[in-house]
Amino acid sequence: MGQSIVIAEINNGKISPVTGELVTAAISMGTTPLVVIPCTDSSIADGAGYAGCSKVMAVKGDCFSNYDASSWAQAIDAAVPAGVIFGAATPQSKDLVARIAARRNMSAVQDVVGIDGKNLTSPIYSGKAMQTVAISGDVAISVRANVFSSAESASTEVSVVDQSGDIATAVTDVIARASARLDVSEANIIISGGRGMGSPDNFTHLEKIADILGAAVGASRAAVDTWDDIPHSMQVGQTGKTVNPNLYIAVGISGAIQHLAGMRSSKYIVAINKDADAPIFAHADYGIVSTWEEALPVLESALSSMMS
Amino acid sequence: MDNPNGLELEIMPNIVVLVKRVPDTNARIIVSGDRVDLSAVKWVISPYDEFAIETALQHKEAAGGIVTALTLGPSDADKILKDAKAIGVDEIVRLWDDSWSDLDSNAIQTALANAISEIGAEVVYCGKTAADTGAGSTGPGVAEKLGWASVSNITDANFSSGLTVHAPSEKGTAVVSVSGNVVVSCDKGSVKVRKPNVKGIMMAKKAQVILMSVSAPQSTVQLVSQSPPPAKPEGKKFSGGDSAGEVAKLLRDEANVI
Repeated sequence: MGQSIVIAEINNGKISPVTGELVTAAISMGTTPLVVIPCTDSSIADGAGYAGCSKVMAVKGDCFSNYDASSWAQAIDAAVPAGVIFGAATPQSKDLVARIAARRNMSAVQDVVGIDGKNLTSPIYSGKAMQTVAISGDVAISVRANVFSSAESASTEVSVVDQSGDIATAVTDVIARASARLDVSEANIIISGGRGMGSPDNFTHLEKIADILGAAVGASRAAVDTWDDIPHSMQVGQTGKTVNPNLYIAVGISGAIQHLAGMRSSKYIVAINKDADAPIFAHADYGIVSTWEEALPVLESALSSMMS
Repeated sequence: MDNPNGLELEIMPNIVVLVKRVPDTNARIIVSGDRVDLSAVKWVISPYDEFAIETALQHKEAAGGIVTALTLGPSDADKILKDAKAIGVDEIVRLWDDSWSDLDSNAIQTALANAISEIGAEVVYCGKTAADTGAGSTGPGVAEKLGWASVSNITDANFSSGLTVHAPSEKGTAVVSVSGNVVVSCDKGSVKVRKPNVKGIMMAKKAQVILMSVSAPQSTVQLVSQSPPPAKPEGKKFSGGDSAGEVAKLLRDEANVI
């Protein structure tokens, strides 16, 4: 079996669970993954490791304090051996994977949802079709979350490599998110509202449910375009964010192609809409034909008693 | 060059904006056999590329210079270059070689990087992803081929002292200052995209597409097949707001997602 490289996904200073899914994806290709953790403090690698991986390598360098694509790619390229590279299909890791691929004169295959030997499948046209490509030689791959099951944690040999890169951009300031809630691109559960919510003030009803579930609040393009109080950062859809959470709850969203493109690959979809013929219902695992005014309070109280 | 005043000469930027021809995002995508059939779709500039064009034009308006729209593709891509010209870019360049087909990302990025070097650009803007593949590899990949910095998914750009952009970060929005040559990929952000005016449309009609040919490496990733998305099993549909309690239980007990 050949060696592969899994680049650990880091979120809030911790190794994100999707990393275990990347290990499974790498093993399913018939390779033995080396798990690489870019970091400024190698203690993050303590206890990290998965069944089936060869080793954990913490790549420690000053450049990893802020995301800077060129220095990250340079440092990781210098530290890790050849092989197929796996990263998570998050905006930052897709960017990094593309840069490392280019650095090694390999191609990048993004948003992979299926691996069959050397054949890789990804959605194209925002999920309106799928595409399978055949690779020869090494490539760099990003893998969508919630597709592969996670490899079991297992204690593994950890090595630390000091390797930084030449930082090309400077972060001069960080504007904190107005809300403490997760961003839709990070959340495993998303509840989104459309123009059917009637007014941006009514999004507080979605926020209450989001807080019970630890979910992010999203919005349709119609809602973002109609109301200035709903920022574009909340927009799920073709010109917003593409998401694939475990659970997506669409409230007062009819299901325009533009919106479906951004969320149709969610594992479970719940739709609440008063129009029984709304296109969203064709994509919903659980559809509720009701006004949000009637359905949300019931949902909120059911969830809050279940979660408490 | 003589610089009698001893002042540093402001060098006006040579800006390239990468554009791609894609099916309109509202188009129905039909699969026939094992390939998508795009014969009936309307073709447009990829939506995020419009933000890139706008940002490039604002950069030029602030700092001077020249904006060149560059695409890679056969002659049917001329239309979107003319569309870019109508919006306000100065030059339109199409990169193609008749021996090319189904280029993989390494080949595309190498070809684009070679063309950008030939044009002599210092700043490249592109959309964060193209609406067809959604991959987002081109911006960072081209930057790496050129040995340049890259910042991706920006939502704002400021040109008053060098180039400062807003990019998403873990904790919110990072304000990133860039010095030197850079590839910037654009998300939909605070910029409002300008529409072509009559004068622009007239100029675009007369504009010449400059053809360029460069070398590209052999592709190692080959297309096998395209297919419709997997059909979703029919869901359960309930009537009335009270059923939300039942759905909450199903989410816990059947779907196991909460």
